[in-house]
Amino acid sequence: MSYKIIGKPTPKLDAGDRVSGKSVYGHDIELPGMLHGAILRAKYPSAIIKSIDVSKAIKLIGVHCIITANDVDTENLSYRKDHPVLKKGEVNCIRDEIAAVAADTKKIAENALNLIEVDYEEKAGIFNPEEALKENAPRINQFSKGDNGNKNISESFHYEHGDLEVEKKKSAVTVTRRYTLPKVTHACMAPSNITADYSPINDVLTLYSSTQVPFLYQREISQVLKIDPSKIRVIQPIIGGGFGSKLDLHPFEPICALLSMKTGKPVQILFSREEEFHHSAIRQSMVIDLTTGADEQGNFTFRKATIIKDNGAYTSWGARTSFVMMQTFSSLYKVPACVYDAHAVYTNNVFAGSFRGFGNPQATFSLERNIDLMADELGMDKGEIRLINSNFPGEITGQGLEYKSCGLKPALEAVIKNSGYEAAKNGHGKSDRFKQGIGFASMLHVGGGAKIYPSDGCGTTLKMDPYGFLTILTGSSEIGQGSETVLAMMASEELGIPLDKIKVINSDTTIKPWDVGVHASRTSFVAGNSLLGALNKLKQKLGKRATQLFNTTEEDLLFQNGEIQSEKSGDSLKIDKVVRALHFKPPHELCEVSYFYEPSSKFQDKEFKGNVSGCYAFAAQAVEVEVDTLTGKVDVLNVHVGQDVGKVLNPMGIEGQIDGGVVMGMGYALSEEMIYEDGYLMNPTFHDYKLPTARDIPEIHFYPIETNEESGPFGAKGMAEAPLVPTPVAIANAVSNILGVEINSLPMTPEKVMRAIHDKKNGGEA
Amino acid sequence: MLLIDLIRDELKLKGTKPGCLEGECGACTVLIDGTAVNSCLYLAINIHDKSITTVEGLTDGRTSLDEVQESMVNHGAVQCGFCTSGMVMAIKSFKDRCDSVNHVPDRDEIKKNLEGNICRCTGYVKIIDSAEALF
Repeated sequence: MSYKIIGKPTPKLDAGDRVSGKSVYGHDIELPGMLHGAILRAKYPSAIIKSIDVSKAIKLIGVHCIITANDVDTENLSYRKDHPVLKKGEVNCIRDEIAAVAADTKKIAENALNLIEVDYEEKAGIFNPEEALKENAPRINQFSKGDNGNKNISESFHYEHGDLEVEKKKSAVTVTRRYTLPKVTHACMAPSNITADYSPINDVLTLYSSTQVPFLYQREISQVLKIDPSKIRVIQPIIGGGFGSKLDLHPFEPICALLSMKTGKPVQILFSREEEFHHSAIRQSMVIDLTTGADEQGNFTFRKATIIKDNGAYTSWGARTSFVMMQTFSSLYKVPACVYDAHAVYTNNVFAGSFRGFGNPQATFSLERNIDLMADELGMDKGEIRLINSNFPGEITGQGLEYKSCGLKPALEAVIKNSGYEAAKNGHGKSDRFKQGIGFASMLHVGGGAKIYPSDGCGTTLKMDPYGFLTILTGSSEIGQGSETVLAMMASEELGIPLDKIKVINSDTTIKPWDVGVHASRTSFVAGNSLLGALNKLKQKLGKRATQLFNTTEEDLLFQNGEIQSEKSGDSLKIDKVVRALHFKPPHELCEVSYFYEPSSKFQDKEFKGNVSGCYAFAAQAVEVEVDTLTGKVDVLNVHVGQDVGKVLNPMGIEGQIDGGVVMGMGYALSEEMIYEDGYLMNPTFHDYKLPTARDIPEIHFYPIETNEESGPFGAKGMAEAPLVPTPVAIANAVSNILGVEINSLPMTPEKVMRAIHDKKNGGEA
Repeated sequence: MLLIDLIRDELKLKGTKPGCLEGECGACTVLIDGTAVNSCLYLAINIHDKSITTVEGLTDGRTSLDEVQESMVNHGAVQCGFCTSGMVMAIKSFKDRCDSVNHVPDRDEIKKNLEGNICRCTGYVKIIDSAEALF
């Protein structure tokens, strides 16, 4: 099938505004009479609040309002309802919000915070989940439901398929290891921000928010503030990076709304970078105990995984990463038996959140390390063991995931072939000091949304005006990933009109149709399918009118070059002329249609079995690495990415996602870590929290695997989280291969690599 | 007063972005007498008698885009865009400096010159490509 624009590199529609500084982000909003908000946080990670005195602060000139828990009536946040907006009586992590100020300027608001006197009685905190699980540990979160019979467990997940004992007996090799993954943060370039504008006249609360899930956000804010959701309007200004950080509703957001409601004025809260490090979402740390087996031929037999996650003091969507991790253990490669337990455990650390990949980088890290170790024990080739166990089209996994299309094997073959692995199999280097080698890893992720909410759908409304200009009103959100452009490309392809005649509107809950939000790599798939459904209706509407004008049938019509053409007669009419014929003459109809798309995915049952996504994405990576054995520095030279994307819609956009994901994975692998000591963050700056920079960038080679997923728009499936997932473990596998050591934790700092080299020399374990 | 505050709060030019206000991310980069500077590390008072160019000033407002901006658009070097203004200014300064001595930099030099600008979306590849294409 040949397309006019689908599959062609297409610059982002909004790129011109971005490069010229014209885009309006949350930081750029200034409303008349706007006040500035600031939040007082806990001084200790665990303490009793004996008293709060705001009497001095409220007297400061320019201060309009101060709120504490005593001044507000709110419900708790989070899906476990365990997170108070403002904390009362106790604090449980250094993020805890105690009071908030609205003032004429940010400076005055900050000065007022310094005048608030809080009397604490400090308590010993619990910062290690293992400690929190002990029977004599105190209850950390007073709203904890105590899942799985333990007061400090927020939520536990248990999953199994197959007969573990039978499969164990078939195993020629069994590998058991513990993997330790750190806390890292999104470090979005735009720090968190919100502007709340409450009108006491009509009782409407307008929130200019960077949320990734505007409709869920509207609902949760309404519950938290106990107001009617239809009185809440969420407007998304341009969002300066998401990566999952904006899935959860954070306390600063209802706090800002409360300040606006109390003062009757617009209030803005902007985080400093330091606040962003301390108080925005993170990827949760976890310890994974994994045992895996394979038979003599290398066929995988079983997996047993037990995972302890640091939930922090409150629950976020991050606790639900268990859900995605489970899929990797149950269904990445063929495996006859799997037992999986994961526990999100309360501690006095900061609470987690969602982060691109949603638990999958951690799960994949452990699994792909174990696969390399099994290959070593079996004396098998590391490419071969993955190929013989590869998933395949038509497979229904033990968990019930249905792989109608599956490009894992071609992805593996592409990276094995192109990486020069065969030539470099045993590791080589340019000198004794610099050693080079290759590591592999694969991944499985949802590619067609994920049914975790009553609807995983998206609505689209289309409007074509009398000049032939199309407005796409989509429920989906743009967070920089390029969804607006991909949607406009689809419409251009279908209607035969140029991109500059298409506008995408997607940033206002009062206007746009419902959508569950931008997460789970779902937007191209779900919003794309929704758009195609709407385009089909629009074409029918235009086509019906055109058949009258041409005196032909709808099957005879072509939409191209801005015209509707009759294939038989060769007659044509400008598309706008048909719109005008529809509108200004009988039947006097607007050229507008709406469509709602709900993926075919199903809710999983109580045992977590069922086809949870519309389709599945697969990827394999081979990473060529050089280790400086004198300093321990790891250099990533080449990253080969084979990824089943279904169909490449916009090569420029997809490459951008691949590059960005791989580099984010490199940061997680090599340098990023939030270093906490007894609940306090030690490195809340870009100087001490090391993100990759331009000089760290390897050559990234992308081999798209086009499996033409039948349920996807033009055959496409979700792809944007995937590139991050295998990179860290592929690097760890490469470093382990090169040095003959075991790297079983992240990040692989030079210190850690040197220690591994040192320990190997001394005959110890890494 | 910091230069970034003068630019954003007094002159109301919002294209210069506050990414960290500690001189680490480069999102607030502007040109002072043609040299790329983090406006969050520069006192506003020191701008006296100097020329300053922000992202809004790269073109006269009627013509569409400067060659640096054009190249970033055409190479897909923009995702969320919050680092973009700073990237544009850093590349502009580097390009002008190279041109003034007829120097054609290699890819490594370009990477080194972008080291002070952090991007979390793109993995830098297409930003580097867009800069390389200017020479």
